[in-house]
Amino acid sequence: MLRKLTSLAAIVLVTGGAGLWLTKPRTVASEVYAGLTGDAARGATTFTAAGCASCHYAPDAEGEAKRVLSGGQAFKTEFGTFHAPNISPHPQAGIGDWSLTEFASAVRLGTAPEGHHYYPAFPYSSYIRLEPQQIADLWAHLQTLPESDVPSKPHDLGFPFSIRASLGGWKMLYLSEDWVMDDPATHELARGRELVEALGHCGECHTPRTALGGLDRKRWLDGAANPSGEGEIPGIAPAHLDWSSTDIAYYLETGFTPDFDSAGGHMVAVVDNFAALPAEDRAAVAAYLKALGE
Amino acid sequence: MKVLVLSTLCTALALPAMAQDFSAQLKARQGQFRILAINLGIIGDMAKGEAEYDAEAAQSAADSIVAVSMINQGPLWPQGSSEMDLEGTRAKAEIWDNLPDVLSKWDDLGTQAANLQQVAATGQEALGPALGTLGGTCKACHDEYRAPQN
Repeated sequence: MLRKLTSLAAIVLVTGGAGLWLTKPRTVASEVYAGLTGDAARGATTFTAAGCASCHYAPDAEGEAKRVLSGGQAFKTEFGTFHAPNISPHPQAGIGDWSLTEFASAVRLGTAPEGHHYYPAFPYSSYIRLEPQQIADLWAHLQTLPESDVPSKPHDLGFPFSIRASLGGWKMLYLSEDWVMDDPATHELARGRELVEALGHCGECHTPRTALGGLDRKRWLDGAANPSGEGEIPGIAPAHLDWSSTDIAYYLETGFTPDFDSAGGHMVAVVDNFAALPAEDRAAVAAYLKALGE
Repeated sequence: MKVLVLSTLCTALALPAMAQDFSAQLKARQGQFRILAINLGIIGDMAKGEAEYDAEAAQSAADSIVAVSMINQGPLWPQGSSEMDLEGTRAKAEIWDNLPDVLSKWDDLGTQAANLQQVAATGQEALGPALGTLGGTCKACHDEYRAPQN
């Protein structure tokens, strides 16, 4: 019996150890980023499309205060409450002392400079589809924002979600560079795909999740339970949304639905961001959503 | 007899805990939003270019929006008529915790409605921007005070 137990323990140790090694946090190849110079102006557009500020500005920030990414907003989920961290350029409280490569590892792979996994409340499983140049542009733009010395709040999660190492397994299952739409036929569709699947991270709320909390990509944009536990997030795939392309673009510009109800909840922030993008981008999202049905 | 007394007693005890009937208030406040939406739709279709611009129709729609914005909201929002208390409403309980903020957002709607009223008859190109800022006041309130659809 004892021998059985010992060998079982050995198996657990070996497979557990191998598992941890296999699932340890990955980093991006530094040589890819070494030669890149970011363009802050282009980065500003990427920043808006990615909606970074919407989660990272202080709770209830209005106007200019939305440029101060001091963090602190709480996101209640079934796994616990996540607090968005300070990502202002402050060297201690924020991310000012990071390198571009560290930033790229964080945004594309969910790996912190200290070497731990980030929770996927940070939508790196969408941002993994960004091009290295886009990351460099984003990084350049972040340097132009004000510093904040407000310390980041710890997350408030129950066991076992409080064990970050378990995220390695989650990433093996769900972190992939693959696109849902293969080979977009036009430039407009390619831009729409980039806005929906990568930058705008629409799937994070509009696609249902599996029991393990990963996106069920077979049911892409089919609508889902609200991660906050309040109500439903509507489906926006063609089977669920019969709005015209003009209607979709107009909604993203003004927040008005075709029957002139208005956006609410987190979509308000999304509409504010899309309203600040060029009209072609809103049209591209509409074209992408329409093309999903073809 | 005993049963009757007991049941009367139960009813009496249960009453204060039961939700009050605010169905008239709910209908009234949802109806006013519906009037807003219908009139915004008339102007919005012209702004989008889906309907031909008609100065007179745009003006009366804007006038109606201003009229709704002048309705005194107090009587429509009694304590105990949030989504926590009643079925059929998406009004979050936070409304009653932040009444000054809610009322100032309602005032913002009034300001933007008045602006739309000024420009509605001046031409199609004026509609889009005025509607955009007005829509901003809708979102500002729905952001915090309206629960998601079930």
